[in-house]
Amino acid sequence: MSLKDKLASGKFVVTTEVGPPKGVDIQEMKENSEILKGKVDAVNLTDQQSSVMRLGSMASSLLVKQWGLEPIFQMTCRDRNRIALESDLLNAYVMGVENVLCLTGDHVSLGDHPDAKPVFDLDSVSLLAAARELQQGRDLGDKELKGAPHFFVGASVTPGADPVEPQILKMEKKVKAGAQFFQTQAIYEPAKFEQFMKAVKHLNVPILVGIVVLRSAAMARFMNKNVAGVSVPEALIDEMDKAENKAKKSTEIAARLINEMKGMCQGVHIMAIGMEKRVPGIIEAAGL
Amino acid sequence: MLISELKPMDEILGYLKDDKKVFIVGCKGCAEVCQTGGEPQVLEMKQKLQEAGKQVTGHTVVDFLCDRALVKLRLMPHEAEIIDSDSLLVMTCGVGIQATAAVVDKITHPACNTVGVGGARGEWRGSERCRECGDCLLDMTGGICPITACSKSLINGQCGGAKDGRCEVEPDVRECGWQLIYERLKKLNRLDKMKEFVPPKAYSKMEPPKRLRSTIMWALEEQDKEAVTQ
Repeated sequence: MSLKDKLASGKFVVTTEVGPPKGVDIQEMKENSEILKGKVDAVNLTDQQSSVMRLGSMASSLLVKQWGLEPIFQMTCRDRNRIALESDLLNAYVMGVENVLCLTGDHVSLGDHPDAKPVFDLDSVSLLAAARELQQGRDLGDKELKGAPHFFVGASVTPGADPVEPQILKMEKKVKAGAQFFQTQAIYEPAKFEQFMKAVKHLNVPILVGIVVLRSAAMARFMNKNVAGVSVPEALIDEMDKAENKAKKSTEIAARLINEMKGMCQGVHIMAIGMEKRVPGIIEAAGL
Repeated sequence: MLISELKPMDEILGYLKDDKKVFIVGCKGCAEVCQTGGEPQVLEMKQKLQEAGKQVTGHTVVDFLCDRALVKLRLMPHEAEIIDSDSLLVMTCGVGIQATAAVVDKITHPACNTVGVGGARGEWRGSERCRECGDCLLDMTGGICPITACSKSLINGQCGGAKDGRCEVEPDVRECGWQLIYERLKKLNRLDKMKEFVPPKAYSKMEPPKRLRSTIMWALEEQDKEAVTQ
């Protein structure tokens, strides 16, 4: 069953992400994929994450598909204009990749090629709209396609943003533009997430709550200081700080958060950021 | 006004590495105000070039180097010195350098970089306000331009990169443009505007329209070109 069918059937889904390597040594990506096989419903392949140049998300999507996983092809608007984005959507479809996550993308100034020309010809909303146009057999130039693709398109939202209202306004636009599922930015406050879910109930769209696996107290503090819309409560930081076995504690916290929030939403998106090997343990600990 | 800044001396000397004799041209317009191409800077440059072993055949400072016809007129009295030079070093903006190149058949080296003002035109100079996109969106955004106020020029709302109302690009100096737009529309009780889908921008409209090319100035230049080819 595909991710789309699982969500439609009401199954609580688990997705995670695999970061493509900087270079062509795909051994570790393959090992991580083997470990995740059969444990998760789909994996996101990040698109030049943090504007750091690396192996692309399209090739990586194809690889994980060959390795027996269902890919979610992440696309950002940072590096390609509308011609290249539309063409890559067609490319993905003919290669058998149907799940696409449409994102704006980080600014180039944050990555390792800060002098690159930022594109942002489209944005996350108009990329969703472009995917919808293509599915209807036309492109953004209003020209007819020879054969129309089909996608299961997703988008992202930051439930922990302050203020959250502009996030919700944009989320509404994304749904109108064709978003069929959402994966959220990491959130560590179940009460806040519950409020958010109440506010977007009318959108009637599957939402996968995002969890970034904590490595240490220092990492949590770093995220609080630097990552937009993410705030790790002091109590959790303390817990990490005091734990003797950090790996065990991080798994325990992730599993606890999943259990606290799984009743509120349709799935979980676990972002392990280099600790992909811990994901099966988290799933097991959460009893999923 | 075009803002220019002097290139590093090493870069300038790199351009001049194969040239022995140089003629310097400055500008009394914007470059004088920027202190990059006025009389004092031209004289200073002359001295530096001489110290670096170059022969300065002559120099002049033209009222407005961006006025091609004027440049031709003002350089005429220096014809002999210019012909005697290997190249010209032009201390002004990109327009002035091109105007000089258009009237002199010698290599014209730029001594300055023209700094992007990204739409900080008009008399409200605190920040960039208008990028002349040809497709104004200010109705949607409560009178704050998303093209200049948002570092990604997003037109459908904020990205996930703002933290505490600051942009992910240079957070110490940049506010999130969409946060400002949101606050403004909220204050005006017009948040409904943030719900409307804004279709992809017609970036073709950022090109100057053809009708501007039918002005008398344009016609005269075309006539000039024709005369030359005949």
